[in-house]
Amino acid sequence: MFSSLSERLNHIFSKLTKHGKLTELEIKGAMREVRIALLEADVNIFVAKKFIADVSEKAVGQEILKSLNPTQQVIKIVNEELCALMGSSNAKLEVADKPPTIIMMCGLQGAGKTTLCGKLAMLLKKQGKKPLLVAGDVYRPAAINQLQVVGGKAGVPVFEKGTQNPVKTAKQAIEHARSMGLDTVIIDTAGRLHIDDALMQELENIKTEVNPNEILLTVDSMTGQDAVNVAETFNKRLDVTGVILTKLDGDTRGGACLSIKAVTGKPIKFIGVGEKLTDLEPFYPDRMASRILGMGDVLSLIEKAQEAVSEEQAKKLEKKLRDASFTLEDYLDQFESLKKMGGIAQVMGMMPGMGKLRIKESDFDESKIEKLKAMILSMTKKEREKPEIINSSRKKRIAAGSGTTVQDVNQLLRQFEQTKQMMKQFKNGKRLPFM
Amino acid sequence: MGIFGKIFGALKKTKDNLSSRLSALFSKNKLGDEFYDELEEILISADISVTTAEEIIDQIRAEAKAEKLKDKEFVVDLLKDVIEDLLLEAEQPDIETPAVIMLVGVNGVGKTTTIGKLANYFVRQKKSVTLAAADTFRAAAADQLSVWADRAKVRIVRHEEGSDPSAVVFDAVSSAKAKKTDIVIVDTAGRLHVKANLMEELKKMNRVVARDYPEAHFYKLLVLDATTGQNALSQAKIFNEAVDLDGVVLTKLDGTAKGGFVVSLCAELKIPVVFVGTGEKLEDLELFDAEEFTEGII
Repeated sequence: MFSSLSERLNHIFSKLTKHGKLTELEIKGAMREVRIALLEADVNIFVAKKFIADVSEKAVGQEILKSLNPTQQVIKIVNEELCALMGSSNAKLEVADKPPTIIMMCGLQGAGKTTLCGKLAMLLKKQGKKPLLVAGDVYRPAAINQLQVVGGKAGVPVFEKGTQNPVKTAKQAIEHARSMGLDTVIIDTAGRLHIDDALMQELENIKTEVNPNEILLTVDSMTGQDAVNVAETFNKRLDVTGVILTKLDGDTRGGACLSIKAVTGKPIKFIGVGEKLTDLEPFYPDRMASRILGMGDVLSLIEKAQEAVSEEQAKKLEKKLRDASFTLEDYLDQFESLKKMGGIAQVMGMMPGMGKLRIKESDFDESKIEKLKAMILSMTKKEREKPEIINSSRKKRIAAGSGTTVQDVNQLLRQFEQTKQMMKQFKNGKRLPFM
Repeated sequence: MGIFGKIFGALKKTKDNLSSRLSALFSKNKLGDEFYDELEEILISADISVTTAEEIIDQIRAEAKAEKLKDKEFVVDLLKDVIEDLLLEAEQPDIETPAVIMLVGVNGVGKTTTIGKLANYFVRQKKSVTLAAADTFRAAAADQLSVWADRAKVRIVRHEEGSDPSAVVFDAVSSAKAKKTDIVIVDTAGRLHVKANLMEELKKMNRVVARDYPEAHFYKLLVLDATTGQNALSQAKIFNEAVDLDGVVLTKLDGTAKGGFVVSLCAELKIPVVFVGTGEKLEDLELFDAEEFTEGII
């Protein structure tokens, strides 16, 4: 049993590598595997079929036969088709010529709209905008309170008029934003089924009343075959301007992403990757495609690493690697950087080849990192520089100081030694992407 | 027709609905590989997993050889029988009192709403119910549960946002013991199953109930959103490893998603579906019925 689309495709293509040159029959066999992988990843069956047809057409024939490396050729074609399906570029949020810019959220119940409102507000605020959150979910108990709490955390004002008609509330909110000099209005709406005609009509009414610059459909990335129906209906009724995928920090294969793009043609603008208000990232179709193919989201990783580690720090570390003078002190710095990059599991998932390992956060629990940090912090400066001097009485002291056990300390020292060994291998190579 | 009566209208509108596709399939009058491939696709569009769909098709192939399958009615009946049998492979638990029912699941599947409906379900059976607002993480979750407690007219035990959920469980259980309450229903924060630390928190709540209220029957139900795809199986596996599930509540069946993944759930993991949610009103909760569910899929 394969646990991800990446693994499945890796497996298929590793089989192909052994075959050497490809025949039409082999491609057919490989494409059957690709189809199963896509279906297991929740790509809609009709989308998957069309995808397979397109790829097969391009793969069979001269292109492949002429090639010296058929596997690479197939991967390239599959990747290109995936990219083509998911769109070609990253879309930004529209801005109104005359403020305020109006952003309206919509989606099924439980997709994550309210949390997302907070994340968007936070992002816009960071970009120097002055957002206003509007409580338009008047049906779910305590939805308004939830938005207020979220707004409070983001430091963004929340406009609410209790359970009055959300169309009226939206209109008043725009006036309020104008009078207060707020330049972006984010309207939260109640989750609703796409087949609930009355509630869909309400969304159409809000749209007519406030004429939003953006209508963003929020979709849970774990959605199955039905993603097509949901996206198609919301798009048909509201002509959405973009899609946001949520809960991508889980182990979902995210095939819904392909389906939604295929049926709506609308760009996927952002992805939600956690429960913190800062856990919102732009969507890069090309990166997502290579991630699906198991080639790793190398670009994202490098970008993240650059944010977390300054150029100067990186150079210093590089020198240390060359001199092989890497100490526990540096090890501690690495943990800090990793934390800024958003957790080890997230980083590992983006690295090429790591898709093959089944990475669970349990293996790289952040609380474990806290423990490692506590141990290093309980060491003297000398111990951090020369770990070989740590004898059993020192170990006992370190364990007591950090609230851990001697076994934990031993494990840390072993791990450090392994890391050091690993780094030596990179010594003469290029700079590590995340160091 | 029970629960699916109200969603049939919606299903009929769906152009890919299984019955019409089956009709189209039969009108082509082919019973070769192509036929079975299409049958498999139909099952997969209901979110039945590829593995399970293949299993179902294999069974039908085998029967077809023996029975010389020709007409549509026969295949449809056969298909229903096979699916129903798979659904019945997991045994339904009876809820006995005194009971603690803990609902777990990923974010946004409808745990809090389901608890409101469950409370009402038991109140109507003349049982006394206390709710434990152990989702102390999500903003205003306890407020949301309080509204449901009012609607169902039951007691609620809640602490401040951000407090230890196990402490809420402890208080609710102590109060239930003192007041001889029949059923305590525990709401928990939505958590993605891959977050190890949050799963540990769940295990801790599990231990609190087992240790402090051993005389109660303890049921752990996973809430799954019918809109979910194959990830539902991953959720079930990992939650089951963490707290040893007694069953599943399948929510949001009033949409167009069919929740076919529960077939694999019952057949492979032997975890039964206990309740289904079909709307946002207090009474939109029913006991799961394999036959009705199968009717809904096909």
